[in-house]
Amino acid sequence: MTDVGWIDAALTAARPQALGALLRYFRNLDTAEEAFQNACLRALKSWPQNGPPRDAAAWLIMVGRNVAIDELRRSRRQETLPAEEAISDLDDAEDALTERLDGSHYRDDILRLLFICCHPELPATQQIALALRIVSGLSVTQIARAFLVSEAAMEQRITRAKARVAAAGVPFETPGAVERGERVAAVAAMIYLIFNEGYSAGGDTAELRAPLCEEAIRLARLLLRLFQSEPEIMGLTALLLLQHARAAARFDADGALVLLDDQDRDLWNRNLIAEGLALIDKAMRHRAGGPYQIQAAIAALHARAKRPKDTDWVQIDLLYGALELIQPSPVVTLNRAVPVSKVRGAEAALAMIEPLELRLQNYFHFFGVKGAFLMQLDRNEEARIAFDRAIALANTAAEAAHIRMHLDRLAQDSKRKIG
Amino acid sequence: MLYAILCYHDEDFVGSWSKEQDAAVMSKLAVVQDRLAKQGRLGPVARLLPTTAATTLRKEDPPLIIDGPFAETKEQLLGFYLIDCKHLDEALEIARDLGKANPGGAYEIRPVGYFEPGSVKP
Repeated sequence: MTDVGWIDAALTAARPQALGALLRYFRNLDTAEEAFQNACLRALKSWPQNGPPRDAAAWLIMVGRNVAIDELRRSRRQETLPAEEAISDLDDAEDALTERLDGSHYRDDILRLLFICCHPELPATQQIALALRIVSGLSVTQIARAFLVSEAAMEQRITRAKARVAAAGVPFETPGAVERGERVAAVAAMIYLIFNEGYSAGGDTAELRAPLCEEAIRLARLLLRLFQSEPEIMGLTALLLLQHARAAARFDADGALVLLDDQDRDLWNRNLIAEGLALIDKAMRHRAGGPYQIQAAIAALHARAKRPKDTDWVQIDLLYGALELIQPSPVVTLNRAVPVSKVRGAEAALAMIEPLELRLQNYFHFFGVKGAFLMQLDRNEEARIAFDRAIALANTAAEAAHIRMHLDRLAQDSKRKIG
Repeated sequence: MLYAILCYHDEDFVGSWSKEQDAAVMSKLAVVQDRLAKQGRLGPVARLLPTTAATTLRKEDPPLIIDGPFAETKEQLLGFYLIDCKHLDEALEIARDLGKANPGGAYEIRPVGYFEPGSVKP
């Protein structure tokens, strides 16, 4: 790696901790970001000559804080600023050595930084954009590319999100145990959203959006390092690793979706699978199940199967049953119908999903799954109607292409019967 | 004399490498490893999964199991085992047996990602 390469990697790695601490000092996101930027500029000058500091985050916190204080003092001389409250906590944090030795703050610092990005007033897309900008440090250009929107639109989205967060006020008090738990859950949900934003992309855009999945995994690992005994965070991290492990096999050369049964399992990333399996194994020891762990356990059963026919569908059906109990939703039931079709046949699966039709009448996957079951039962005309509806509801070109493949098969089938 | 070389680095830093950067480092290391292997001097090589996958067993009575890596600085690394287990519970069971034989201190249990058995015969 070139010099700049390792510095970039070190700055990225230190960012959440350093920015989180600076936010604690300055209690203002813009000031903290600017302080961090300035510290990074100094690092780019100083590190190539002096080598990396022993503790990059502590270095950046100290330098960022000093530069920002200097600037505040300078500007105060020029104009009258009521800055004393704005820079509270400065006196008791003068000693950089203390900062390095005392890591007890940093868990809540990082959590706070993550938490302000998932303020309940922010719509999901703004939460994700804000987290990628602030916590991950991706550039507006990078985020805009991943979201497939213009840079100007993304800039605006982030600015709006920041304004909302600033208006809502950043929670600076150290959270109590219950509050901390709620923050962790909100942050976990946001990380899952970031992942899905990347994962649900079509084959034509999957490559552009893959960084979202990778970033979500990085944040999940970070959260898990802060909360090492939380089985649901182990489950979340495992789930993301196991899903992302299949990335290279999920689309064919034309960008059409490849279903799990048809994927080339040699393309699955074994390293990510190993880590995901280790984490779910660790989580299960706690005997405190939750939605992320159950979904990860399902993904783990798929990952363990060397061939599609080795899949333990009975166990998967049971796990979906457990998920239905703690998180009942028509989508979970729809997902459960797939293992049910493998264990008890398409007829039983169809009976299971038919009552959902009213609630899922605008849901692409419902009609895709329904069509597939009908096709298995040789009810081709009904299958065609379901697939037509699915195509009309497809969110991506890859989804539409996948359904069209089924329709082609049906057409060939009926031609064969006539001919 | 057999020597163990233990690898330390900042996990955040290594974890932020792209797949290509990671592969580039591994292939540079492979050059050194291949040379040693040809000379019959290379023993097992292992790359551990991240510390988020670690579990620690404090060898107290009864043993105390903690999620996460070994975090004390008062104790030193004295040795290691590589064992083949179906799952974490099996590994912890073995660690408990070892702990009974030699109480005090701790074992950090880490799943192994990459493993090369090596062929050294001292």
